[in-house]
Amino acid sequence: MSENIQKMISVTIDGTPVSLPENTTILDAAKLLGVHIPTLCHHEDLCVAGNCRVCMVEVKGSRTLQASCATPVAEGMEIYTNSRLVRTARKHVIELLLSEHRGDCLRCYRNGNCELQALANEYRIDQGVFIDLHKEDQVDISSPAIQKDDSKCIRCQRCVRACTELQSVSALCVAHKGADMRITTFWDKALSYVVCTNCGQCVTHCPTGALTERNYVEDVWDAIYDPTKHVVVQTAPAIRVSIGEEVGLEPGQRVTKKLVTALRRLGFDSVLDTDFTADLTIIEEGNELLQRLTQAIRDKEDVALPMITSCSPGWIKYIEHEFSNHLDHLSTCKSPQQMFGPLAKTYYAEKIGVDPKDMVVVSIMPCTAKKFEAARPEMMASGLRDVDYVLTTRELGLMIRQAGIDFTKLEEGDYDSILGKSTGAGAIFGATGGVMEAALRTAYELITGREIPFENLNIKPVRGLSGVKEATLKIEGTLEKYKFLEGVELKVAIGHGLANARKIMKQLENGESPYHFIEIMACPGGCIGGGGQPIPTTDEIRMKRANAIYDEDEKMQYRKSHENPEIIGIYKDFLKEPLGHKSHELLHTTYVKREKN
Amino acid sequence: MVMTREEKLARINAHQERVNLIFEKIDSLGLLEKVMKLENSKILEYIKESGLKGRGGAGFPTYLKWKLAADQKSDMKYVICNADEGEPGTFKDRKILEEQADKVFTGMAICAKVIGAPEGYVYLRGEYNYLAPLLTTKMNAFNEEMNQLGLNFTLKLRSGSGAYICGEETALIESMEGYRGEARNKPPYPVEKGYLGKPTVINNVETLVYCTMIVLNEGGKFKTFGTEISTGSKVFSVSGDADVEGIYELELGMTIQEFVDLFGDGDTKAVQVGGASGFCVPRKKFKETIIGFEGVPTGGSMMLFNSTRSMYHILMNYMEFMQEESCGQCTPCRVGCQQLVKGIQAIKHKKRSATYLDELVKLAKSMRVASKCGLGQSVANPFISIVENFREEIIY
Repeated sequence: MSENIQKMISVTIDGTPVSLPENTTILDAAKLLGVHIPTLCHHEDLCVAGNCRVCMVEVKGSRTLQASCATPVAEGMEIYTNSRLVRTARKHVIELLLSEHRGDCLRCYRNGNCELQALANEYRIDQGVFIDLHKEDQVDISSPAIQKDDSKCIRCQRCVRACTELQSVSALCVAHKGADMRITTFWDKALSYVVCTNCGQCVTHCPTGALTERNYVEDVWDAIYDPTKHVVVQTAPAIRVSIGEEVGLEPGQRVTKKLVTALRRLGFDSVLDTDFTADLTIIEEGNELLQRLTQAIRDKEDVALPMITSCSPGWIKYIEHEFSNHLDHLSTCKSPQQMFGPLAKTYYAEKIGVDPKDMVVVSIMPCTAKKFEAARPEMMASGLRDVDYVLTTRELGLMIRQAGIDFTKLEEGDYDSILGKSTGAGAIFGATGGVMEAALRTAYELITGREIPFENLNIKPVRGLSGVKEATLKIEGTLEKYKFLEGVELKVAIGHGLANARKIMKQLENGESPYHFIEIMACPGGCIGGGGQPIPTTDEIRMKRANAIYDEDEKMQYRKSHENPEIIGIYKDFLKEPLGHKSHELLHTTYVKREKN
Repeated sequence: MVMTREEKLARINAHQERVNLIFEKIDSLGLLEKVMKLENSKILEYIKESGLKGRGGAGFPTYLKWKLAADQKSDMKYVICNADEGEPGTFKDRKILEEQADKVFTGMAICAKVIGAPEGYVYLRGEYNYLAPLLTTKMNAFNEEMNQLGLNFTLKLRSGSGAYICGEETALIESMEGYRGEARNKPPYPVEKGYLGKPTVINNVETLVYCTMIVLNEGGKFKTFGTEISTGSKVFSVSGDADVEGIYELELGMTIQEFVDLFGDGDTKAVQVGGASGFCVPRKKFKETIIGFEGVPTGGSMMLFNSTRSMYHILMNYMEFMQEESCGQCTPCRVGCQQLVKGIQAIKHKKRSATYLDELVKLAKSMRVASKCGLGQSVANPFISIVENFREEIIY
């Protein structure tokens, strides 16, 4: 036991004595005492950098100031967080950053939500002491998802760390030194020509406006104002638990019904739900999994297992670049967004009597990669571009604020019918493990005719924020059709964040993957931590959003995708059967091999 | 004191012969055989007694560095010879490596024995790559000898790519590990977590040779030179407006006046001690300034400037060097250097008032305490010492 007891360190911070566990940083120690030390390069998702130098403190006896984010407390330290020396140096650092930064705040996309601006405001840096050094760099708008403006970059390297550590993508890197040092891509290529997955983790980790999503708000307003257009909006599972943050609510508030009203108030003609197509994904993907299991186990055919989910377009582009020899493991199912698009422009358009050419499909996504996905050439199953515009949660927040809507005072509303009804299984797509849980709820029942044996249908082992989760489910008491699965231990894994995806794929590449089915989401935490979500996103906030999603699930009338009456309806009415002819035409896709650099 | 060049040379040579530690020919192999029988505590005692401080410029006590690494418990440790001699105005490590590589390697082997390191690396400045074939040959022979002596220590050569920052020990380690040369956060120090996360001693070329000589002389001779705070001798690279240029081993503790009398051209107005990261000493302070840790510490660069030189251009040269060679990761150094360059230009061209110079001095002082590593911290040394002593030359 004794070695488990952490050694305690005694220090004083601004004269107050405090005792802390070994290895606590000065920054965290100060936080415990209620002393706020400003930071810029620090982000709790990422490794320590200690390069912005904003968080410096004075440690008595030390020749230089110490970066509090990078320095652990040591016995007897006398720490001063606000001495004259600290204030002077900190102010200098802020002044220097401002001198290098294009301070065009009024025209900046991050105006009002910029960490540098907040710091400048806090220190009342109202007149520049130093010479303006900012360079008029060309803004990289080559990508349909991410925009990069170096003139606003403060070189904190949060984006680089997010891209390499969290995502294992390394599309962004540091190049050159001294005054020329900057964040760039391999060989300075434009973002659309490198291994960038468009996941947007660089955007959510950027403290300034240097990295932002490509913004399509004005295009959507134009469509709404155009009387000849019928504008359909679909809302992703994860945005109903995060849009609140954009309108001033605490993280973790479920606001689905107010969101519906807000969208109607904005002028969308049909307010529909991606959760519906999430349910549809489960039916198609569940059946695909059963088909592959049948081929592999009963018919002893050579078929790619494990099957891996394909809902996350960041993940899709990642595997296309990094593991392009294993594309056959991907489910051929399109993501819920891209299932929705063609259904809206065929089935739904016909039902409501609108010419698909006059229909504009807008989706609200927690994601930047969805912008790229919607623009893929494969995504024209309706004969037109299936999804016309993709907005992030942040862009929707902007529209709501622009329209002067007081979100909290909105009445509750319900989604329009058909393509509007969903189940709890569709809702939990928004959190890591959610697709797996939803799929298991349906697949187990298809195989055995019984509900999955977990209390209240909550499959706890696949939930939570650990990087790679595993679960085993023994199949017993199968229906006649699936006799060959009797006694089979179904092994599944869930990975979120592309660094974890890499681990799973390396195992697969080495022929050591023991799984039947794998869920991968590009972003840490799944879509609730997506690159299009409100900034900041931290583990604490991810947990709050995830809990709200599971709460949403528990409150739903239906909790299993196959029980969704509109799903039953669409198969009866239009699709006929899972994996059928219409499905293949509209709901399934193919993938392409891409270069590794 | 006015001397002819011949008189100067005679005095310098006499001084050199009296000191003569670095370039003295010794039997390295014989020494190694002897050393391996010594107790580590005895070796450490010699080094401690000698008062040797790191000759790269920072002046950390060598004994302490070795002791800290020796006390670490680890399955692997490393010794690295920092041969990334990049300070403007230094060129002495090059000569030491050319002429006395065996003594450098011996110093590394002694350190390796004391701390328990089976591997050592020489990190060679990119621009010195022409030395690589010579060093590799000598290294292979040395490794063979170590093998024959039954000693578990192997040397390897690594080449830098020309970045000044890689002379900073943690940036050097990053470079050796294949990453961008950028300073790490400290703590942990390399003696705890260095190359590949293992305890590592990094010593300058010259320091290692002194270690060899201190052990060879059983602690004698070296400590008879210098002052109480700056014991021993040091190799200097003398350049600029000097009557006598080149590489000389001299006792520490001389005044700048004594130095200028020996090497200057009779018209020396300033000496830049320690290169672009060092201090500028103006003529009026020559007599009171001691070359050593109690006065101006130096990695060996001694640049002499006579009255024909513009201190503005000299300062500009150093600042532009720093602006380019900063790794660019930390704000004070990356942006601060640019502001200092642009700032003195603006003052010179009357775009900013003379009082802006005071703002720049304040900034330099902040850079001294706020920068992440020694590079940014030392930019203030030349800036403040030149600006304060030659203010008119900068402004007008």
